[in-house]
Amino acid sequence: MAVIPVSRKPLTFAERTYIPQILGGLRITFARMIKPAETMEYPEQRPEIPKNYRGVPTLVKDPNGREKCVSCQLCEFVCPPKAIRITPGEIAPDSPTAHVEKAPQAFDIDMLRCIYCGLCQEVCPEEAIFLQNQYSMTGLTRAEMVNHKDRLYELGGTLPDQHHKWDKKKAAEEHGSAAH
Amino acid sequence: MATDFAFPDTGAKSAAAVAAQEFQTEKMSLSMGPSHPSTHGVLRIQLELDGEIVTKADPVVGYLHRGDEKIAENMTYNQFVPYTDRLDYLAPLANNMAYAIAVERLAKLEVPARCQAIRVITAEMARISAHLLGLGAYGIDVGAWTVFLYAFTEREKLYKLFEELTGARFTTSYTRIGGVARDVPEGWTDRADAFCDQFLPILEQILNLLTRNKIFMDRTVDVGVISREDAIAYGLTGPNLRGSGVPLDLRKDKPYSGYEQYEFDVPVGAKGDCYDRYLVRGEEMRQSVRIIKQAIAKFPGGPWYATDAKKIFAPPKDKILTSMEELIQNFMLVTEGPQMPAGEVYFEAENPKGALGFYVVSKGGGVPWRLKIRAPSFCNLSILPKVCVGAMVSDVVSILGSLDFVMGECDR
Repeated sequence: MAVIPVSRKPLTFAERTYIPQILGGLRITFARMIKPAETMEYPEQRPEIPKNYRGVPTLVKDPNGREKCVSCQLCEFVCPPKAIRITPGEIAPDSPTAHVEKAPQAFDIDMLRCIYCGLCQEVCPEEAIFLQNQYSMTGLTRAEMVNHKDRLYELGGTLPDQHHKWDKKKAAEEHGSAAH
Repeated sequence: MATDFAFPDTGAKSAAAVAAQEFQTEKMSLSMGPSHPSTHGVLRIQLELDGEIVTKADPVVGYLHRGDEKIAENMTYNQFVPYTDRLDYLAPLANNMAYAIAVERLAKLEVPARCQAIRVITAEMARISAHLLGLGAYGIDVGAWTVFLYAFTEREKLYKLFEELTGARFTTSYTRIGGVARDVPEGWTDRADAFCDQFLPILEQILNLLTRNKIFMDRTVDVGVISREDAIAYGLTGPNLRGSGVPLDLRKDKPYSGYEQYEFDVPVGAKGDCYDRYLVRGEEMRQSVRIIKQAIAKFPGGPWYATDAKKIFAPPKDKILTSMEELIQNFMLVTEGPQMPAGEVYFEAENPKGALGFYVVSKGGGVPWRLKIRAPSFCNLSILPKVCVGAMVSDVVSILGSLDFVMGECDR
């Protein structure tokens, strides 16, 4: 709990001959040699990705196969580098999920702009966009680095849904109309 | 400098005259950088040399300018958090914390004890990581390769912990105004504690490679001496100031985020040369470990964000998904930003490189009207013209390494 001056003592005669340091250095080196390697042969060995890792952003579907995004464009708004472009669209009235009303007609994420900050996932009110495990993306052209809607769903897959809020809403509506 | 050549016989007089002219040296100007391995980024130093001696050194900065201060005026407070990662990109967690506290001071918002402890732990881990890089790179600059490899091995372990906590190794974007992005995962503090335990002996090993090493000392002792007065006059902060013997540490002098609860020492140097700055950094890592261990030992429970600040911190995700009121609140927060009162605030935090300051002027609402960043690396570099004069060219490399700056922050 104080100010401590760092110690700088003059070198002893032995230290001035370089020998103790050289020997000390070699001792560390040889001790390290018999320890297991700290490195990883990358493409063959892959690092373990922790839960909640922020990899490539993806779109997900709920267990019933409904696309969760309702194109509210909140992620497009919050994205600091403006990597997301959404064209909202309507769901056809004869679709079983017609009561959700909206889904994205087009959803593009420009991976050359994306900074993997995860704000889109954080603000999403539908838990539709997730930064998942994939961390290496390559492409030969700029156009190839833009992830379109199909590719985003392909990358995202299906994630479990805890709330099923739209199913509940539909059930409540049907229940309500039956009561009248 | 003209040199007199003494030639024994008169017959060679004319030859001597020619030779003298040939050896007549002019001052040479040399651009060191912007892409020079020892300038740690894109710093250019316009050197004026007399032979091997530096007679003038002008740092030319701005190659990494991105206009962060202007960018901040065009986005909400939370949207700017990822940009603070990219200031001192070797310690993003410390920047995140400094920025969040500055804005919270503006809102006069107190964050809970758990949030403060999380921020202290992450900031000290970031300090260790930044100093490890500074040390390793300094070793390379003056010709010691091994230190770099061992320092980076330790840094990798820290990055694994950051990755688990924040989801990213480098660009963490961890804090939010009024809290942090997510709570610590199960068992994370134990793993951080285990890291500290195994780190201390390895740190001693790494430092032992350099501290009493004559090769290293020949390159650093009495090189780049910054006097106490100069250090204060040029506005140096952080280890560079403490290396010159000024015991200024904002964690002690103006405690923030609960630093007053922790016991730690402030190391200071005696001479202000490169060797002192190296020693101060080494000691600071030991002190950081002490702080982390104390913070983990009394890690508080409770909420990890300001739960009562409904207009600043977003409601929990569960509520957003199920309740209309929280859904609307979420939309308002994201589109209009965390609501701040009109006013201005200046806050400085003790970052690994020095005092990182944020000056925020608000006219109310969710967007800063003006945001000024006081970058420690920029101020620390201002002493280069003074300290490099009279040094050899190879000493410039040693001085640059010992100042340990980051251009991302300097140019911002």
